[in-house]
Amino acid sequence: MLEVKNLHASVDTNEILRGVNLTVNAGEVHAIMGPNGSGKSTLAHILAGREGYRVTQGEVIYQGKDLLAMLPELRAREGVFLAFQYPVEIAGVSNMYFLRAALNAIRKHRGLDELDAMDFLKAVREKMKLLEMDETLMNRPVNEGFSGGEKKRNEILQMAVLEPKLAILDETDSGLDIDALRTVADGINRLRGPERAIILVTHYQRLLSYVVPDFVHVLSDGRIVRSGGKDLAFELEEKGYAWIEESAEPVKSGVSVR
Amino acid sequence: MIAVKETPDVFLSHFARLEEKLEREGNAWLHKVRTDAIGRFAELGFPTTRLEEWKYTNVAPISRIPFQAAEFRWDGLAEERLAELPLAHSAFSECCSRIVFINGHYSPQLSSPDLTERVVVGSLASAIKQNTRTVKEHLARYADYQHQAFVALNTAFLEDGAFVEIPRGVRTSAPIYILYVTTADEPIASHPRALIIAGAESQASIIEDYLALGEGSYFTNAVTEIVAGENSVVEHYKLQAESEAAFHVSTVQVSQARSSSFTSHSISFGGALARTDVNVALNGDGAECSLNGLYRAANAQHVDNHTVIDHIKPHCSSRELYKGILDGQSSAVFNGSIIVRKDAQKTDARQSNKNLLLSEGATINSKPQLEINADDVKCAHGTSIGHLDEDSVYYLRSRGIGLNEARAVLTYGFANDVLNRMKVDAVRVRLECALLARLSDGHAQVEES
Repeated sequence: MLEVKNLHASVDTNEILRGVNLTVNAGEVHAIMGPNGSGKSTLAHILAGREGYRVTQGEVIYQGKDLLAMLPELRAREGVFLAFQYPVEIAGVSNMYFLRAALNAIRKHRGLDELDAMDFLKAVREKMKLLEMDETLMNRPVNEGFSGGEKKRNEILQMAVLEPKLAILDETDSGLDIDALRTVADGINRLRGPERAIILVTHYQRLLSYVVPDFVHVLSDGRIVRSGGKDLAFELEEKGYAWIEESAEPVKSGVSVR
Repeated sequence: MIAVKETPDVFLSHFARLEEKLEREGNAWLHKVRTDAIGRFAELGFPTTRLEEWKYTNVAPISRIPFQAAEFRWDGLAEERLAELPLAHSAFSECCSRIVFINGHYSPQLSSPDLTERVVVGSLASAIKQNTRTVKEHLARYADYQHQAFVALNTAFLEDGAFVEIPRGVRTSAPIYILYVTTADEPIASHPRALIIAGAESQASIIEDYLALGEGSYFTNAVTEIVAGENSVVEHYKLQAESEAAFHVSTVQVSQARSSSFTSHSISFGGALARTDVNVALNGDGAECSLNGLYRAANAQHVDNHTVIDHIKPHCSSRELYKGILDGQSSAVFNGSIIVRKDAQKTDARQSNKNLLLSEGATINSKPQLEINADDVKCAHGTSIGHLDEDSVYYLRSRGIGLNEARAVLTYGFANDVLNRMKVDAVRVRLECALLARLSDGHAQVEES
């Protein structure tokens, strides 16, 4: 589904990604872990299409297409979804309006009828309940005045409604208390399926106890320096990132996992 | 900018012709007002950019175009043609009274004043003809034709317009809709005048809507006087959607009595040059006013909003929020003046002007002015100028919403708190549609590139 090949990217003159290789197949859950400043969020945003990064080498192939050549909205319509680490507050636009506009843009792209407000609410109500979200959040401006937990749930709600093929979650677990973490993890687990791939970008191992990944990668200094199964996360938690940095094999430009 | 003081000959000759016509109808006091007004206008001339109040708005183009006096012509302007106008017809069916003016003249055919309520809604011309005590007591008593050239010009041509009287204690169940349509096929000048009297303890919403049927150039010079009686609640909408080649200058002059509550929504979307003054005199203790404004300009449009809130008496409060959306090479002016007189202790005044610039070429001159002569008052004001937030645009796009739509949605979000203050749904919905539709059209090229 997704193939990142030797990806190098810079912001201004700073090279943030220095040769990332990653292959993600449908049905898989990958965790990308790494210390602050390792390039995790940069990788997530490059996949979603944020402006301001310069890709200097390498390519990203998504479902056989050149992902980097696509506008962010087209990526979303083709099934890429990024749950933001810091969801953006949008004054004056209700959550309902926003999410319905998004869903209808995607439905239109897929040749489906647009949903009116009634049908939309019907589709969303159940999903909100599962995420233990108050329905009044739909009528409030997007993320404005939301607590940290509400913002993260709102991201997972969007993911549940938009039903992406490739979901990238950028530190969705950060700042959540344990109850919220469980709810959010349940939301993610419900989306697991043979047609869908999930990339969990996280600093901590905690989320991975609830959403068990098939593969774990360690990103350090713009490269994937180690890949393994779910046990790698536990090892990291125990030994800390310093262990990886010390034992990182400096030669290869990354590790590819299939 | 070069300031030119043009001789307003065109309007002086219009006036001479009007005088001939009106003399036969004989109304001595009004005749004197009109004559005084044209005299003042001849002395004042068109304002130049040397005047502080007109520093950023050059009206020289208005003085150079030989506008024709707007005659009343009933050339079969059908209901259907009117129905084509955005919501002028259908969405305002919820209004209890609708009166329509074509090129400044009352159209009985298109008007449907509801006579079941005890409210008087009709043409000012016939109210003048009946010469009621109310008309004599209030007409031309508030808008300052001694010092404001355009008010003087309007007053000189005071002939027709809207007359609304809500008697003491009457609460209207639905808004009163006043529509000014300009055919815009000839360069005419019209001077619509409105007098709105809300008696003590009364409550009403009044919508004044300025629209064009064509794309041509013309000049609308409007004056509305509003008198809010004791303890009355008045909500006023001024919707300006003139043709983009038109000139629109208008003054809304409000006088508030004790404990009255007045809300103004001033929306300015059209016109090549649009200048609106909303002036409120808080003439009674404990009166409150809320002035909301939304202006949008694109291409080479110029939009100027001036407001004066005059705190004359103690314990009055005023709230003001004006927001602007500027695109292309457009320019805008906001000048909000708050005056607190010596006796106006316990004044509570807040003013805010926020601007969203959608292009590099758009400009805004924002000028708040506080003049405080009392010592126990709360006054606050603020101005901001910003651009669309790139992170927000990206967030929307990352959810599948296209660039154009994302910009439109964010712009709508920016304006939304002004719209949310409106109680009449039909107006709010019309403006929401206008914001979401036109903005996405305006940037059609961006996504291509």
